Amino acid sequence: MNAAGFPILSLLTFLPLVGAAIILFVRGEDATVASNARWTALWTSLIVFVLSLVLWVQFDKTSADYQFVEQVSWLPEFGIAYIMGVDGISVLFVLLSTALTPLCILASWEAVQNRVREYMIAFLVLETMMVGMFCALDLMLFYIFFEGVLIPMFLIIGIWGGARRVYAAYKFFLYTLLGSVLMLLAIIALWYQAGTTSIPELSEFDIGFTLQVWLFLAFFASFAVKVPMWPVHTWLPDAHVEAPTAGSVILAGVLLKMGAYGFLRFSLPLAPDASQMFAPAIYVLSIVAVVYTSLVALAQEDMKKLIAYSSVAHMGIVTLGIFTFNQQGIEGALFTMLSHGVVSGALFLCVGVLYDRVHSREIARYGGVAKIMPAYALVFMLFTMGSVALPGTAGFPGEFLVIVGAWAVNPWVAFGAALGMILGAAYMLYLYRRVAFGKITKQDLRALLDLSPREYATFAPLILLTLWMGVYPQSFLNFFSATVAELVQNHQQALATTARLAGL
Amino acid sequence: MNWTLALPEIVLAVAGLVILVAGVIPKDRDTTFPCAMGVLGAFLVTAVLVIAQGEGTAFGGQYVADDFSAFMKLLALAGAALGLLLALDWNASQGLSRFEYPVLVLFATLGMMVMISANDLMSLYLGLELLSLPLYVLAGFDRDNPRSAEAGLKYFVLGALSSGMLLYGASLVYGFAGTTNFDRLADALSAQSGVSAGVVVGVVFIIAALAFKIAAVPFHMWTPDVYEGAPTPVTAFFAAAPKVAGIALLVRALSGPFGDLAQQWQQVIVLASLGSMLLGAFAAIGQANIKRLMAYSSINNVGFILMGLAVGGESGLRGVLLYTAIYVAMTLGSFAVLVAMRRGGRAVERVDDLAGLGRTDPGMALAMAIFMFSLAGIPPLAGFFAKLYVLLPAVEQGFWLLATVGVLASVVAAYYYLRIIKVMYFDDAAPAFDARPAGVSVVLAATALFTTFFFLFPGAMLAAARQAVAALVG
Repeated sequence: MNAAGFPILSLLTFLPLVGAAIILFVRGEDATVASNARWTALWTSLIVFVLSLVLWVQFDKTSADYQFVEQVSWLPEFGIAYIMGVDGISVLFVLLSTALTPLCILASWEAVQNRVREYMIAFLVLETMMVGMFCALDLMLFYIFFEGVLIPMFLIIGIWGGARRVYAAYKFFLYTLLGSVLMLLAIIALWYQAGTTSIPELSEFDIGFTLQVWLFLAFFASFAVKVPMWPVHTWLPDAHVEAPTAGSVILAGVLLKMGAYGFLRFSLPLAPDASQMFAPAIYVLSIVAVVYTSLVALAQEDMKKLIAYSSVAHMGIVTLGIFTFNQQGIEGALFTMLSHGVVSGALFLCVGVLYDRVHSREIARYGGVAKIMPAYALVFMLFTMGSVALPGTAGFPGEFLVIVGAWAVNPWVAFGAALGMILGAAYMLYLYRRVAFGKITKQDLRALLDLSPREYATFAPLILLTLWMGVYPQSFLNFFSATVAELVQNHQQALATTARLAGL
Repeated sequence: MNWTLALPEIVLAVAGLVILVAGVIPKDRDTTFPCAMGVLGAFLVTAVLVIAQGEGTAFGGQYVADDFSAFMKLLALAGAALGLLLALDWNASQGLSRFEYPVLVLFATLGMMVMISANDLMSLYLGLELLSLPLYVLAGFDRDNPRSAEAGLKYFVLGALSSGMLLYGASLVYGFAGTTNFDRLADALSAQSGVSAGVVVGVVFIIAALAFKIAAVPFHMWTPDVYEGAPTPVTAFFAAAPKVAGIALLVRALSGPFGDLAQQWQQVIVLASLGSMLLGAFAAIGQANIKRLMAYSSINNVGFILMGLAVGGESGLRGVLLYTAIYVAMTLGSFAVLVAMRRGGRAVERVDDLAGLGRTDPGMALAMAIFMFSLAGIPPLAGFFAKLYVLLPAVEQGFWLLATVGVLASVVAAYYYLRIIKVMYFDDAAPAFDARPAGVSVVLAATALFTTFFFLFPGAMLAAARQAVAALVG
């Protein structure tokens, strides 16, 4: 049995489904059903979050091993088992997922008025898929959760989204599916070679170079779309703009991390030589993503679209960090993923606050909001600074570490990443100036109310996290430094082995 | 002479004759419902007999009973029974309440069972014709509707053509190998040093005839028209049960008597599989009629089944069996929704008629969404595992082209499955359908539960399929 004394990861994964089942069987008037669904979803996700804190407390930070491992035989014939477990890389993403879900439900409290029951069910199913994906220690199980995310997200964008929601939902679904099916073939090929799909066992398995290249490319097809990397990022702005606020939060906060997590979990350990070979290409794609999407973000008229492009830029920093293959770079990438999850999620909530009141996301529609909603302006500014990576906010440590790691590889790569940070400051401050400062030209804005208690409750944990991560990043870095150290060491070892074999 | 092995077929045949007579006698009232119940009862008894059946050959080697035939027969019986449930209420509401309907379904099912147990080219033909003749009548069952009559006629003409091809192929094989018995054919063909061209041509003709029955490219042309024209419950029946029998026969013939000719027929099956997957994926995109769309969807699925057959071997054939079983469940479930698509007693069959089903009938919309996501191959639904079980051996045996085209085609196909979900959930509500009939609800619930929760207990079905395949290759 694991450290918690009970199968905590399975509980975290499947408890939301219980909540969804309860909501499914609620009967009565529409208003009663809606209110029941909201409360059930909130309580379920809160209970899941509180339970997930066990991981925070009991996780052994000195060990690089998988912890809280559970194993049940599932498809013994194919050597596929139900294995759950977390290590330093995944444990914080489980917590991020369980923390963001209740906030999303809170954020949708009033914004979603039609088909509340279905909405809450979709969100709880989504939570199951996200948590399960980060806990899965079997490739096939991982794939099932990875793909399963598509179903609730497709419905969330398509039913509760904006005007072009159908287009966005299709694009999101088909882009991701196309990448994923190629990964499925890679998984099957790997299973056929190694006879198992268990990730701990696979990492012991030595894969030939040709197969590594194919594996890397197939995994890349799936994860690059999910990250998303330039040039396959075009689904993201559409999906973000059309998704409801909470959908955008989850999309930016957790779903984008799935691709980068996949790189770390599979591409690097399973195909070390191929990763090394393709690293220069990844640098180029990442820097193009950082610079190009930052420039595109500068030109945006739509607040959500701007933040969506900023997400692509930030994820460029992440992929850059991962493929530096050194301790600083990978730790920086992981930290950036977490901070981006919190900050960009919060920024989408900020946009949601304005959208709920004015029903427009157009930047030109606003101006001088700071005079009307001072508290909101302060919150918005904090997250803007977080996105800009101001020292003392969550964004800084991660991006700094990535640049340090990139410098060790190639100063020009570090230069590209730093350029992105400057451009990031430019577009975020430009956005903030146009929305919060200036004269109030639109008279109807004067009637806007500042943050409601519910919105305070939504923002408070995110503010706390942003400052905490900025001021004392070590409490988060501690979680993954042991695992990353081992990852880097294994990678060096694999490369050394290949070099030695090549020398023979 | 071990005729007791054929007890399920004998009981079913006798039951059919009794029900036929019983249906005619009462002149003054409609006997459709009691007849249908009688047929369902006969199916149930037959299923029990199939489970209890021994193993061996009978009738001078013409007939074989083994685990494989039991698996496929149970599948065919389940498909036929659920298809009949769907028809109960439909026929009454469309003024087609005739007691011949269940009886025809029964005899078609009997034909399937004979096909599945065929161990000789003669009994194969006998079973195929016993299946086909009732199907021609069923396709044209709504005889006052020109489209249904057209479907019946079209099916009959093309079906007769395929029967002719089968006979021609069988006669070639007989002429060059000297026997029609599967076991003796296997011996004769493995003993020969070189394979004579005549046998190969004969095998290709037989494959063509069976490909026609399961609607594989390039013998698929009848499918969209017949699916569209035939009454919806008949289409549901077509899409499920006869496919099972056709696939069973194809598997038995190609792995048994013609197993040593794998080099010759493999490329034929590979091509048919590639063509079916691609055509089924692309041609369905533009369809406005949901029955035509499902026809192309079924062609796409047959492509995947043929992938397993092309790969062959124990794991490939196991993939075929599992895919077929899951396909039958998904198809019957989606057709249950199609049967329920009625407004004011009139059947509607455009994709757009499903608009807003998520509001007007959330339960049925949820079930349909499950079937569509499952057909698109999204985990954790059953359709994903079906595809997985054929992709695993394909990759293992190095059929990369098939596997890659297959997954890419499934992405294309996902587009039109998503369109149905989009229409149901994203579009504004159209007027509600008539109240859902009880038979439809039963089929919907059974198939939706199976599709959703298959991932919890994949082991049981896997074991059954493995046992069935062991009877063929082992």
